[in-house]
Amino acid sequence: MLLDSTIAELRTLLSSKKISSRDLVEEAYGAVEKLNPKLSAFISVRDKKEALLDADRADSSVKGPLSGIPFCLKDAYVTKGLKTTAGSKVLDTFIPPYSASVVQKLVAGGAILIGKNNMDAWGHGSTNENTDYGAVKNPWDITRVAGGSSGGSAVAVATRMSAFAIGEDTGGSIRAPSSMCNVAGLKVTYGRVSRYGSIAYASSLDTVGPMAKSASDIAEVLSVIAGADPKDATSSRREVPAYGALLSKPLAGTRVGIPKEFLAGGLDTEVRRVFEDVVKTFESLGAMIVSVSIPSLAYAVPIYYLIATSETSSNLNRYDGVRFGQSRELFTEETMRRIIVGTYALKAGYHDELYTRATKGRTVLVREFDAVWNTCDILLGPTMPSVPYRFGDLMEDPVKLYLADIFTVPVNLTGLPSLALPAGFSEDGLPIGIQLIGKKFDEATLLSLGYAYERATDWHTKKPNMLS
Amino acid sequence: MSEQKYNLVCGLEIHVELNTRSKMFCGCKNDPFEALAPNSFVCPVCLGMPGALPVPNKQAIESTVRLGLALGCSINRHSRFDRKHYRYPDLPKGYQITQYELPFCYGSSLQTSEGPVRLRRIHLEEDTAKLLHAKNKGEESRIDFNRGGVPLMELVTEPDIVSSAQAKEFGKKLRNIILYLGISDADLERGNMRLEASVSLRKEGETALPSYKVELKNINSFGFMEKAIQFEIKRQTALLEHGEQPAQETRGWHEQTGETVLQRSKENAEDYRYFPDPDIPLIELSEELISKLKADIPELQSAKVERWKKEYGIEERYGTLLSEERTEADMWEALFIVLKKDGISVADFVKDVSNKKTLFTAVSSVADIRAHYLAKKSADAPSPEKIAEAVALVISENAKAVADYKAGSEKAIMFLLGQAFKKLQTKLGADLIKEEFLKQLI
Repeated sequence: MLLDSTIAELRTLLSSKKISSRDLVEEAYGAVEKLNPKLSAFISVRDKKEALLDADRADSSVKGPLSGIPFCLKDAYVTKGLKTTAGSKVLDTFIPPYSASVVQKLVAGGAILIGKNNMDAWGHGSTNENTDYGAVKNPWDITRVAGGSSGGSAVAVATRMSAFAIGEDTGGSIRAPSSMCNVAGLKVTYGRVSRYGSIAYASSLDTVGPMAKSASDIAEVLSVIAGADPKDATSSRREVPAYGALLSKPLAGTRVGIPKEFLAGGLDTEVRRVFEDVVKTFESLGAMIVSVSIPSLAYAVPIYYLIATSETSSNLNRYDGVRFGQSRELFTEETMRRIIVGTYALKAGYHDELYTRATKGRTVLVREFDAVWNTCDILLGPTMPSVPYRFGDLMEDPVKLYLADIFTVPVNLTGLPSLALPAGFSEDGLPIGIQLIGKKFDEATLLSLGYAYERATDWHTKKPNMLS
Repeated sequence: MSEQKYNLVCGLEIHVELNTRSKMFCGCKNDPFEALAPNSFVCPVCLGMPGALPVPNKQAIESTVRLGLALGCSINRHSRFDRKHYRYPDLPKGYQITQYELPFCYGSSLQTSEGPVRLRRIHLEEDTAKLLHAKNKGEESRIDFNRGGVPLMELVTEPDIVSSAQAKEFGKKLRNIILYLGISDADLERGNMRLEASVSLRKEGETALPSYKVELKNINSFGFMEKAIQFEIKRQTALLEHGEQPAQETRGWHEQTGETVLQRSKENAEDYRYFPDPDIPLIELSEELISKLKADIPELQSAKVERWKKEYGIEERYGTLLSEERTEADMWEALFIVLKKDGISVADFVKDVSNKKTLFTAVSSVADIRAHYLAKKSADAPSPEKIAEAVALVISENAKAVADYKAGSEKAIMFLLGQAFKKLQTKLGADLIKEEFLKQLI
């Protein structure tokens, strides 16, 4: 398959006219047509004729670094003229009058949109079961979840329905499905990529990031989408490094910290085994492994679920059942639960004890992460405590569902970047991933470590059987 | 029982739409009154579309801080915007972006003839859209978002106001300062300045705040505010005299009936679930910016009236009359400078103007007014005979000055002129008097 190649390889093939963008777009639509009915990775597919017109244009003149490359978007990003639902029937008939900044940047960079990916409604979920458009199925085992909330995007990349996807990570929504579907996903530093046009789940935690087959592809996409946006006051003016050029930064001597709290009880034995192999690989590459401690990690989940639900109760207030045509009754049970919890946390009389206290806890976590950089350069841990869950495993017990986010939410609370990478498989052939966590705005180091790891292993080249 | 038994306890909440180029959190034009059609100055941000984000307007923040500095308020160096949640069709996000715990300005007071009125805070928020309610059955109510998201400054006073006249005086003074700063058109009729008074009564001698307050809204002139407060004093006094406690409620002023009418009961405090807007970073106001904004504040009316008194001897009541508007005051002052050079009493001129003895059209230029005034004055000047008589007398009475003049002293002629003015009891016709001296002293 052409879409097995990296973006850099595709660019070479395209510029030497060995392949055309039309070939890529045809292949992507072919995969969507063949596999999407089984997997529910898309909510809306763009009119193929339009995409092919874009492809022909790219074939006649190169538009940018991603010229002619097909991609897809989590349905959390508004697209002018193309239905955008955020995974919820509340927005079932919403055709946005504008496009998100990230979409504009990618289109200006020459990339070609294929469609909009399924997701947990409003980002509310880690398994992609909380969607009104059919639970997303894991292509490695369709009796299991794909992870969420950017599940559709992870599946689209894993099954070559696109070269890359744009996910959205509020508490692990890019990393969880990436690790469950054996793809790479980057949660960027808060402020690195504009959120303008990203339908908000929890504004102080939401981040816009790429999902792709490898760290080098992620570097390619990040170079196009990163940077200041006058329409997003929280976007950073910090210069965007040349991520691609920094990939081959030598790894030797890098101090890789492993928070001991990540390896405490609750970790699946297969995840532990894979993780120990990963540690050995990094050691063999010349990294210095150090054990570190972030004592307040245990509080990250309650802190996260107070702040995220408070913000989402506010953000979803605009869907009043009048302006967008669909009733609030259509909010799912999980979304209603989060609205109610958040409303309660902000209520006079409880506000100080719940919301304000959580923001203080968040500050403590930020300080603890700051301190950790004295002893290491990067952190390494598992992405999820378990292999991909079976459908329904977590949906009956919200607390269990929330605890699945234990390793992913701390970086959203602290604003740090984190790269999830494919790291191996369980005995049943289920993907298991790891995540690297870096200093603020140091995506370059994360990507270079990911790149070194991918050269030493071949997990990221594995494809689900349904593709063969 | 007499009405003297109860004293007014009144505070004001004044909303002012700022005249910035663009809206508070987006690039849309801030000009709702000039829009050709409803919903023409709108975008995803001010329509509250999914995914849209607010970016605060620097000019609006600076205007608010300038008002705070002009009023002597303290400025919060670190400030932020908060979300205030409620549902109403004119509020597309389901929350209003406002400032809760950290307003840009706080403290200070504004002096009135009945004592100072303390200022609690001045903060910045976004205006709501305009609802156009259906007039007839079967019609739809409509929403015009041209006004939605316009920068709205809110000033809140402490409940220090003791009379309806003081409320009116405070409002007028504040409006005057806003106009001097040029930060808003402050047009009450159009609603870009909105007055709300909270009114309650307490027994004379009591110092604690009453346990209720009535908020008065729908007031679009200072006169109506005065009347609404007066009406409320009567209404509440009657209730209190019957041993009833007035209800905590919002009442609207009805111009036609001259009464306030219940709009909404406020027995239960609403919970707005305020929290810091995560879409907007904390706002830091640097020392540098604050000093720059301070330096930009023009001389305000009260200072100008004071200075005119010192420099030109203009009586306060006349000075106040001529300085209501900053551009007009500047025009008058340009004239004062010229008249003073002409040796004409500015104080007398101002008195004449104020008492409408001298009338000008609004478009008169400084030169026109001066020419007009001088011509009129020369008509009132003493006759040539009287001048000749007075000059002869002065010459005969001041032999030394005459000798000095003949020896070439410029001062001496000024002295002699002065003596002649005294004799004639006017400075008018100064040129003629001087000529007469030159003629008689040859």
